[in-house]
Amino acid sequence: MAKHVVVIGAGPAGLETSAKLSKMGLRVTLVEKEETSGGHLKNWHTLFPGNMPGLKALESIKEGLDENVKIQTNTQVTALEAVNDYFTVSGHNGWQEKADAVVLATGFKLFDARRKEEYGYGIYENVITSSDLETLLAKGNLFSNHKNPARIGFVHCVGSRDEKVNNLHCSKLCCITAVKQAVEVKQLFPETEVFCFYMDLRMFGRHYEELYKEAQEKYNIQFIRGRLSESTEDKEGNIIVKVEDTLLGKPLRIKTDFLVLMTGMEPAAGTKSLTAMLGLKDVSDKFIRPLDEVLQPNFTDMPGVFVAGTCSGPKSVSETLADARSAALAVEAFLKE
Amino acid sequence: MERKSINFGYAIVQDRQIDFDANKHEICRAVAVAEPTLNLCISCGTCAATCSAGLFTDFSLRKVILLLKRGETEGLLKEVSKCMLCGKCQLVCPRNVSTRNLVIQISKALINGKP
Amino acid sequence: MTFDLFVIPFFGGLLFMIIVLFLKYSRWIAMMDASDRVKAGMAFFSASLPVTIREIFWESLLHRRMFKKNPLLGFMHMSFALGWLLLILMGNLESRIYSGGHINPPYYPIFLKFFIHDKRVLPFEIFTLPGFFRFTMDLLLLFVLSGLGLALFKRARSKWFGLKRTTRHNSFDKWAIISLWLIFPLRLLAESFTAGIYQGGGFLTNSLGHIFAAFLPLKYLVYPSWWAYSSMLGIFFITLPWSRFMHIPTEIVLIFLRNAGIEQGKYPGSFSQIELRACPRCGVCIDVCQMNEAGLTGSSAVYLIRSLREKQAGVFLHSNCMMCGRCLEACPVGIDTLGLRVGARGVDNRQIEADFTYLAKQPVPATKADVVYFAGCMGHLTPGVKNAMIKIFERAGIDFNFLDEDGSICCGRPLKLAGMQTAASKLITENTKAILGTKAKILVTSCPICYKIFNTDYNLNGMQVMHHSVYIDTLVKEGKIVLEPAAFRAVYHDPCELGRGSGIYEQPRNVLKQIAEVADVAQDRENSLCCGGSIGDLAMSAVQRNIIRDGALSILCESNPDMLVTACPLCKKTLDTGNGLIVKDIAEIVADRMTVSIKQTVSRSLAGQMSV
Ligand code: SF4
Ligand code: SF4
Ligand code: SF4
Ligand code: SF4
Ligand code: SF4
Repeated sequence: MAKHVVVIGAGPAGLETSAKLSKMGLRVTLVEKEETSGGHLKNWHTLFPGNMPGLKALESIKEGLDENVKIQTNTQVTALEAVNDYFTVSGHNGWQEKADAVVLATGFKLFDARRKEEYGYGIYENVITSSDLETLLAKGNLFSNHKNPARIGFVHCVGSRDEKVNNLHCSKLCCITAVKQAVEVKQLFPETEVFCFYMDLRMFGRHYEELYKEAQEKYNIQFIRGRLSESTEDKEGNIIVKVEDTLLGKPLRIKTDFLVLMTGMEPAAGTKSLTAMLGLKDVSDKFIRPLDEVLQPNFTDMPGVFVAGTCSGPKSVSETLADARSAALAVEAFLKE
Repeated sequence: MERKSINFGYAIVQDRQIDFDANKHEICRAVAVAEPTLNLCISCGTCAATCSAGLFTDFSLRKVILLLKRGETEGLLKEVSKCMLCGKCQLVCPRNVSTRNLVIQISKALINGKP
Repeated sequence: MTFDLFVIPFFGGLLFMIIVLFLKYSRWIAMMDASDRVKAGMAFFSASLPVTIREIFWESLLHRRMFKKNPLLGFMHMSFALGWLLLILMGNLESRIYSGGHINPPYYPIFLKFFIHDKRVLPFEIFTLPGFFRFTMDLLLLFVLSGLGLALFKRARSKWFGLKRTTRHNSFDKWAIISLWLIFPLRLLAESFTAGIYQGGGFLTNSLGHIFAAFLPLKYLVYPSWWAYSSMLGIFFITLPWSRFMHIPTEIVLIFLRNAGIEQGKYPGSFSQIELRACPRCGVCIDVCQMNEAGLTGSSAVYLIRSLREKQAGVFLHSNCMMCGRCLEACPVGIDTLGLRVGARGVDNRQIEADFTYLAKQPVPATKADVVYFAGCMGHLTPGVKNAMIKIFERAGIDFNFLDEDGSICCGRPLKLAGMQTAASKLITENTKAILGTKAKILVTSCPICYKIFNTDYNLNGMQVMHHSVYIDTLVKEGKIVLEPAAFRAVYHDPCELGRGSGIYEQPRNVLKQIAEVADVAQDRENSLCCGGSIGDLAMSAVQRNIIRDGALSILCESNPDMLVTACPLCKKTLDTGNGLIVKDIAEIVADRMTVSIKQTVSRSLAGQMSV
């Protein structure tokens, strides 16, 4: 009988890994703690570059699944044990499977913006997160109760690059997401002034810099180099932003109608608990460290256990999918031995 | 024939550049020993944005740090003397720079560095 | 015979010590402010004298507070202090039996057994006067020796004394401690040897003398043993003024001055010099100090005191302290450890000048409401607390002014804690102007740091200063807000500046109990732990702070509460680590659980009827 692989987490990484493993003739069980698969992608309005809607991307990924992939939803993995040459994976609801290999695709969670209390999320009505904005865009009712916002601010690095919340790492995608969202807002509300408050603009990917330029050229989006210290709310519910305009060396106060916090990525709770269960090495950022970050990005220091996607660090969707395929190849090579 | 140099008024803008080589860097080194988190600053400006003193006067700890690192120490003591040591900056600094001790150490190094 | 050469080391040492002490104390008295000198002089004739005597008896002799911290440690200190004093007193009385009631030279009672061999008394006779003394003297010696035994034992096992770490010693201390430890065993030997030859000892010395006589040439040993005993006394007295045993006379002086109403004042002044010497280095402050957890083991008050006394440079030591007040609370001698630290910092930072001339341009707000709210610097980084307070004021129908709505001048406490009192005063002056300008009756603040300094250093012309937890408690008691209970279990964290710093423990708990079930915390109220975020410390790294925070969190969360409640923006920010535990300020809980009060319900329904 074909060898059996358990993939934990049915976000884009888990789905893509499962699809590829099944193509290779392996039996796959894909375990998901939530009711439906798709992870964060199912709530994401559009992807950059290309502006493909998140749901559409998800559909294409799912097309790769076939009858060799069994999806086990509503199941939280609570135990993972190595027994002789196989693994036993058990869920909170009594579900249990034996596996010849395990792929961790537990992904990330978005930083809880309430932890930056001084930014006012959860306290001031008009402070939202990038993921809230994406949902509103997807639903098509952005700022529906506020016809023409005069000004919107985007705050970079919320919960990333911030040792005060124990996250030193850069989440790498929020910069481009901020620019993408700023452009989308501008397309919907051409009269609105849009500001991005950043420490560094990390436009590392293909077309990223181009979008940045377009944001300046076509949409007149303003970029202010300064990190938000705190925000306050005035009587009308406007959000007053306090930053230092570091390039001018002067503190700057600016009134916005909405403030969007670009929340960063943290390892998901599942990532952390599985890391602990397996005794895998993690690093200070708590993402799982692969056996070798350059040469063996999908192997872990436990033979038979692999990683795919953002559980080993922030990645874009395209990077996640590539990583998932690479993980499938790694599993196949391991099972052939 | 005597060659006359023509003064276009550049002399008065001499101070516009940081003469890094001519500047003295001992004070910065001394401060970095006394408070090593000096080197962790990424110039994000959060300290200056939240600053209690900055609310009333032109004062930015971020700028103080940079001037120190470039060796531009003239007038710096007067600048740091504006700090109230309130600690707001320490509470918001994303790099955990020990800002209050930094202010104290900068003051001390500048005072002791005086001839 | 009333004299022998061997008494010279003792007698010389004693005289030397008395002269040195006299000089030292005179210098400190001379250094005192004139007003303090007057106070001290008056104290001899005022009602504080009996109090002082009582306290000296309880603390310097019986070591009551030390007993409370740790009975073994208390007994050890008591046996030395009380035992030795009684030995001297009883010895004096005993010696008079033989001198016909006359007062003898000071060395005479100490070495009485050398000079007098009263063979009339039987070893176990206790109902005659000489017999009674002989018995008692041996008993007292045994008492002191038991303390010595404990002291030796403490060296080996300090944990049993409630101390994880004991103090380190300098060379004067070493001589003093060796001589002190040898004094009583040598006295025992000298008296036993003498009794072994001449009889005339008590139950202890006589019996031992018999045993020794069986195998030792006592004839040759007895005289050297008295020499050794006297020499040890001499060494002890000579080293005492520079050793930690200086605390024996100085603690008494400290108690006297404190009861005379003299305060620490400027540093370094006489009072602080006396405090430095009143510390016996009992080490109680070492283990309560959370800096140990972060590896900063040398920062405890006792080390600060020693380094200040020995005039060692110690900027690092001075900066590294959270000013949490745990040592102050624990110190059995009542030394103002925080004041000393601030004083030391003041000396370190004396050259730093602050320039706040830019504040002079500030307009003074002139609005009128009975209540003025001051969130404080830190409060602006916790908008949840600020908003909750606004909600509470509005619900209670209070007319209030938000003094620092657009940000504020620092209260001055952080500068004060850094020893920069002059700079702090400048801020205090500016803030006082602004606060008084509001013409309010009550000043409510959310920040315990501000609260503390408003009380200690501000002159607000009788304006009442309240921390928001106390203010809320009052509103609840007056029925201005009504709270609705909820089903959760909370623990309360006492902020240092509010609890130990200002004595406010019950009001926030009263309020919280109306809403939630409040679980106990092993170390709370006076013994509560510092959250690690303190602005009192100047030099600790973030990593060290996190270690201290995690230690405090583990104690706070022992009972696995649903929520951690505190009353300080800084504690709240520090303790909220994002690990799933909900951390809230008392004001936020209240703002969430306010129901419409009865009065309001009535007025609203009336309004409803009228509109019909
Ligand atoms: S990608 Fe940009 S916004 Fe995101 S953490 Fe990095 S620098 Fe900050
Ligand atoms: S907040 Fe910290 S990192 Fe940012 S400029 Fe100030 S000192 Fe530097
Ligand atoms: S401590 Fe000094 S630099 Fe920092 S916020 Fe306060 S006044 Fe500004
Ligand atoms: S400061 Fe107080 S607690 Fe600490 S060693 Fe001295 S007397 Fe004991
Ligand atoms: S105040 Fe607190 S931190 Fe400072 S020495 Fe005392 S116990 Fe330690």
